[in-house]
Amino acid sequence: MNYFKLPLEEWTNTFINDWFLPNMSGFFDGISNVFQSFIDMITKLLIAVPPEIIAIILIILAWRISGKGLALFTLVGCLYMGSVGMWEAAMQTVGIMIVSTIVSVFIGVPLGILSETSKGVDKVIRPILDFMQTLPIFVYLIPSILLFGLGGVPAVIATFVFAAPPAVRMTSLGIKQVPAEVVEASKAFGSTTTQLLFKVQLPLAMPAIMAGVNQTIMLSLSMAVVSSMIGAPGLGSSVLRGIATVNVGLGLTAGLAIVVLAIILDRITQSLGQKTKF
Amino acid sequence: MNKIEIINLTKVFGEKPQKAVEMLKNGEQKDEILNKTGMTVGVNQVSLSVKPGEIFVIMGLSGSGKSTLIRLINRLIEPTAGEVFIDGQDITKMDKTALIEMRRKKLGMVFQKFGLLPHRSVLNNVAYGLEIQGVKKPEREARAMKIIEDVGLKGYEKSMPNQLSGGMQQRVGLARALTSDTDILLMDEAFSALDPIIRKEMQDELLRLQSKIGKTVLFITHDLDEALKLGDRIAIMKDGVIVQIGTPEEILANPANSYVANFVQDIDRSKVLVASHVMKIPEAVMFYHEGSQEAVRKMEESGSPIIYVVDKEKNYLGLLTIDNAIKAFNENLPLERVLFESALSDPDTPLNDLIGLAANAKYPITVVENGKLMGIISRVSILSGLVLGKNNDRVVVSA
Repeated sequence: MNYFKLPLEEWTNTFINDWFLPNMSGFFDGISNVFQSFIDMITKLLIAVPPEIIAIILIILAWRISGKGLALFTLVGCLYMGSVGMWEAAMQTVGIMIVSTIVSVFIGVPLGILSETSKGVDKVIRPILDFMQTLPIFVYLIPSILLFGLGGVPAVIATFVFAAPPAVRMTSLGIKQVPAEVVEASKAFGSTTTQLLFKVQLPLAMPAIMAGVNQTIMLSLSMAVVSSMIGAPGLGSSVLRGIATVNVGLGLTAGLAIVVLAIILDRITQSLGQKTKF
Repeated sequence: MNKIEIINLTKVFGEKPQKAVEMLKNGEQKDEILNKTGMTVGVNQVSLSVKPGEIFVIMGLSGSGKSTLIRLINRLIEPTAGEVFIDGQDITKMDKTALIEMRRKKLGMVFQKFGLLPHRSVLNNVAYGLEIQGVKKPEREARAMKIIEDVGLKGYEKSMPNQLSGGMQQRVGLARALTSDTDILLMDEAFSALDPIIRKEMQDELLRLQSKIGKTVLFITHDLDEALKLGDRIAIMKDGVIVQIGTPEEILANPANSYVANFVQDIDRSKVLVASHVMKIPEAVMFYHEGSQEAVRKMEESGSPIIYVVDKEKNYLGLLTIDNAIKAFNENLPLERVLFESALSDPDTPLNDLIGLAANAKYPITVVENGKLMGIISRVSILSGLVLGKNNDRVVVSA
C-alpha cells in the first residue's frame, strides 16, 4: 500500500516544535496556572479538613441518598483508607477527580444540549467525541505534558479528554428522550426556547445527565494510575510505586483504596440519578 | 368576525415542499405526489372558519391530516402555504415573539396523551401557562386552584401526574388549558385515550364548561359519535382534504360522497335527528272559526280522518276526529267541546325521546313551537327517520 509517502510525523513535529509551542505556550501556561490553583485549592481543603469530618459527611450522604447498606460500607471504607495510611493520597486523587469532573460536566453538558438542539453542532461534535474516546490515552498524554508540564494539570486535561464524552452523549440522549407531547405542550402554552430547556427538558433529562456524570466520575477514577505516570499525586502514584519496586503489598493496598472510593462515589451518584426520575 | 379563519392551508413533508404545493394547486392528489416526488402531503389546501363560541369538530381517520391541521393553527408544525387568521391576525406571518404571545393569550391546547409535565405537581402543571408568562406565584396559584376546583380535582393539587388515573390526568390537561383564559381551545383527540365511560363523562364536562364559559373550541377526533355529540359543526377530513363541512344533521342527512355516507351509516340517528327533521305537513288544517261543517268538508276533501285546528294567529288548539266533527255538527256543539288534545313535542326534541311518546299516542305527535303548529310526526315518520335520515320536504303549514 506504500504508493506515496505521507510525512505526517515530520509535519506534526515541525508544527508542534516550530510554531505551536513557541507561540501558544504563554496561553497554555495561563490555563495551566488556573487549573493548578484550582486543584491545589480543592486538594488542600480536602487534606486540611479532619478525615473524621469528611468521613461523617460521606456517611450521611450515603445514608440519605442511598441507604443504610452504603452508609455502613462508607464507614468501613473510610476506616480502611485511614488505617492503611492512604487517606491523604485518596484526597489527592479525589481532588483531581473533582476538578476533572467539574470541567467535564461544565463543558460536556452544554455541548450535549447544543448537539441536541442544532443538527450542525451535532455533526461536528459526534466525530470529535468518537476520536476522544478511541484515541489511545498515551497519544494525548505526551502532548499534554508538553503543553502543561508534569503534575495534576495534564492529568485533568487527559482525564477530560477521556471522561467528558459520556457527559455530552448522555445529556443529548436525555433531552432526546423527553416525550414529544410534553415538549409540544410546553411550546403550545408559549414557552420560549430557554423556558422549554430549563423548565422541561433539563429536569426531565436529569436522570440521564446524572448517569453521564456518574460515568465521568468512574472514568476519572480509572485514569488515576495512568495520570500518576505524568506526575499526578494520589493513590495512582502509590500503585505505580508498588509496581516499580515490585512491592505487591503496596500496589494492592492502594489499588483497593481506589476500588473503595469508586464504589462509594458510584453508588452515591447513581442513587442521586434515581432520585431525579419520575 | 370569525374567531379562526383558515385559508388554503397546506403542509407538505419533504425536501422541496413548494414544488408539491404547485402540484397540489394543479389539482394533483396526495398519492400522485407521493409516487412522483416521495413527499407526503399532510394537509391539502384546507379552508374553514370557526365562529366565536362554537365547538368545531374535525373528524377523520388516522392519516387524514387532522392532527397536523390542528398543529398548523398554533404553528407547532410550520405551514408550507396558506394563512391562519386568529381574530383577524395572520399567525403564519408572525415573528417568534408575536407567536409566543399569541400562544400565551389566545390558544390553549389539550393533548391526546395529556402532555403533562411529569416532574411537576398538578398545581404546578395547571399554573405552568401563567408561570411562563411571569405571573407571580401567589396569583398564578390562586387562579390555578380555582380552575382545579372547576374541573373537579380539588384535593389532588399536590399529587404528581403519574399518581392519577387517565381521566384525572386529562382533567389536569383541560385545567391547564383553561387557566391561561385563552378564547380558543385546541383539543387534539383529547378524550381518545380514555375509557368509554370516562370519555362520556369528559364530553359532558366539556359541554358543561363550554356553556358556562363560552370558549371557541376546535376539537379533533376519529370518533364520529363524539363528533356528532360535541360539534356545532363538523368537518370530515380524508387524505388531507376536507370532504364535507356541516352541522351534524346536515352530514347525517346529506353525506357529500360515499366516503362520508359509509361513515354515517352505522350511526345511532335517534340521538342526532330531532323532531323537526322528520315532521310532515298535516294533511288537513282548519281555523277554529270555520266551524264543524267546514271541518267535515275539509276532511272529506283530504281523505284524512283527523283535522288540526288553529286560531287566527295559527296557534294550535287541538285535533278533531271525523266522528267528533259530525257529532258537533249534528248536536250543534261548540268545537272546543269535542277538540282532542294530542301529544306535543318541540321541534328540537331528539327522536330518541319521541319513540316512547309515539308508542303510547293514538294520534300523530304534534310539533309546536311557541304555540304555533309546525307539523306532525307519525310513528311511521319516526321509524323511517331512523332508517333513512331526515325528511327533506319543506314544512309549510297552511290552512
